[in-house]
Amino acid sequence: MSAAKETDRKTIHATTEMKKLMASHFTELAEAKKNGRPKVAWCTSVGPAELLHAMGFLVYYPENHGALLGATRMATEFIPAANAVGYSPEICSYLTADVGAYLKGVTPLTKAYGLKEVPRADILVYNTNQCRDVQDWFAFYAREWNVPLIGVHTHRNIKEVKDYHIADLAEQMKAMIPVLEEVSGNRFDIDKLRETVALSLECTKLWRQVLECGAAKPAPLTFFDATIHMAPAVVLRGLPQAIDYYKLLLKELKERIANSVAAVEGERHRLYWDGMPIWGKLRELSQQFMTLRTNIVASSYCNSWIFDAFDPAQPFESMARAYTELFIVRDESYKEAYMEQWIKTFSIDGIIFHDARTCPNNSNSRYGMPQRMGTRLGLPVLVINGDLNDLRCYSEEQTRTNIEAFIEQLDEKRSC
Amino acid sequence: MSGSGDNRSTLEEALFGGIDVGSCTTKAVIIDGKRNIVAASVGYTGTDFEKAANDVWNTCMSEAHAEPSRIMAIVSTGYGRNSVSFASARFTEISCHARGCLHFFSGPLTVIDIGGQDNKIIKLDHKGQRISFKMNRKCAAGTGAFLEEMALRLRLPLHELDRLARNADGEVTLGSYCTVFSATEVLEKIKAGHPVDRIVKGLFRSVLKRILEMDTLDDTIVITGGVIQHNPFLAEMLRDHTDNPIRVPEHPQVIGALGAALYASKALCEDV
Repeated sequence: MSAAKETDRKTIHATTEMKKLMASHFTELAEAKKNGRPKVAWCTSVGPAELLHAMGFLVYYPENHGALLGATRMATEFIPAANAVGYSPEICSYLTADVGAYLKGVTPLTKAYGLKEVPRADILVYNTNQCRDVQDWFAFYAREWNVPLIGVHTHRNIKEVKDYHIADLAEQMKAMIPVLEEVSGNRFDIDKLRETVALSLECTKLWRQVLECGAAKPAPLTFFDATIHMAPAVVLRGLPQAIDYYKLLLKELKERIANSVAAVEGERHRLYWDGMPIWGKLRELSQQFMTLRTNIVASSYCNSWIFDAFDPAQPFESMARAYTELFIVRDESYKEAYMEQWIKTFSIDGIIFHDARTCPNNSNSRYGMPQRMGTRLGLPVLVINGDLNDLRCYSEEQTRTNIEAFIEQLDEKRSC
Repeated sequence: MSGSGDNRSTLEEALFGGIDVGSCTTKAVIIDGKRNIVAASVGYTGTDFEKAANDVWNTCMSEAHAEPSRIMAIVSTGYGRNSVSFASARFTEISCHARGCLHFFSGPLTVIDIGGQDNKIIKLDHKGQRISFKMNRKCAAGTGAFLEEMALRLRLPLHELDRLARNADGEVTLGSYCTVFSATEVLEKIKAGHPVDRIVKGLFRSVLKRILEMDTLDDTIVITGGVIQHNPFLAEMLRDHTDNPIRVPEHPQVIGALGAALYASKALCEDV
């Protein structure tokens, strides 16, 4: 393996525009808190954001903050503060990092965007489609600030999305309207919701196209790029600026494909990543894969912001469907079939499962899936033990060795 | 020492080196062009990987009575593989242990390597190609470090463990996964008056349980690493858990270094 040499990550030029967009998003939130209007709603990352935008809220996503705490490596410092007040080290480390940072009065938003503190919620709106932890996370702040906490309780481990799932969730979302009206001071307008859903639909279509660029050989972007560039799909969906951004990014990626520009120079192996990113180690892992001339070209995680079902004609029902069709909500058989499809389309040579200690819902290696998929697809699989945010659960050397040994295995397989 | 070839060297004179810088010990092996082991040496790694590699390599060269110019290539492996500046290539210990085992046994194999700080299970098919591998999780339960910690708690020299376990007329059951919890459990057993040899056998069983949790054991099982070198009774105890053939190569501690040497010889020797 000594033949591999260090290579630099290639800059995606659109990044500059994305940074401006994110800065504008957070500045707007800070201004709103200063002026008292518009009201700020906290929303889980795959929560009913369209409804909140339609009601005139500015929407803030604590999971984005959790990822920022991870990526800036502040998380591991703050998690113990949350542990100390009764939030277990075994639960979601987005939650514990975020609550710990709040208890310490610190946020990475200060350095990045000049905010003194996180924009406090006027209302907290969750969707349990990801996990139960989001509800408990938001409940902390509801108690802390004495603000309303409402949410949608999604059916989980679904094989096939049924009409009764949709009907139930659509009703749950409609039932939130009176509280949202009261807090926002605005009347619900179905046309505004249709407009927002249409904008989210366009955003998600473009995001899908961005990710599908990874099927090109060589791939013009990496999983690590995608984890950064998904930010507008997470925090700005339902807004026109996300659409403009993805048009820009897509143009650049298509130019890369046309000119055979590889995100990983000399791409030898193409991998699929299942599970959460290890936010505090993105740079190191990206560099290691670059050195090994291996590109992670597809992932379940980044695909989680593809919502094909949005339909302005049926805003509530289509939101219900979009937020229930998600990978994380589904049963193992659906997940395997879904991954298999992407694995085949993207010419994948091997699969990496990240078993994130504090994220059981987004760790798919715990019920025999790697063994089943490896056998069925005839692909080498690797399980990495780590965490999204809590680097106390991560062994740098062991992970590096596992990855290197995995690539050696792929090399051996290819040479046979 | 020389990491590059000498034009005067012929394949018959050629020697190849492998260095395995592990977390506890550093191992070196020199093989000839016919892949026979010419010399092997082992030393403590300590805190300076580069120095450990140099020292162990120099000892190995002395044992080989070889001119440095005969060394055609050196491959490093192990935890400190990147610290061996005179190696011409490096491979992970997973690849090297597999390669080393295939030198003695043909596939399909399940290789169990019990190292100082990690355990590995590597599965090879009938062609010797790797199907899968697993390393223990971050925890050092069931590794050499676990036995070292327990020997310390029991105030026993490490080299006494194998004899005590072998001669025990029974064993105590230790249920904990964690090394720290196991230590507490051991103290409880001592307090309860259990003989020390039965406790040691219980510790050996605990090592095996940790391995059995990692993966299934298929086909012929080969055990490598320093722990099995110094505690061969573990291989006998493994027979309680499987009907599959169990093999321990000669000098199991240096199999990783041997695998590295075999990689080093690959460019010049066919069929390695």
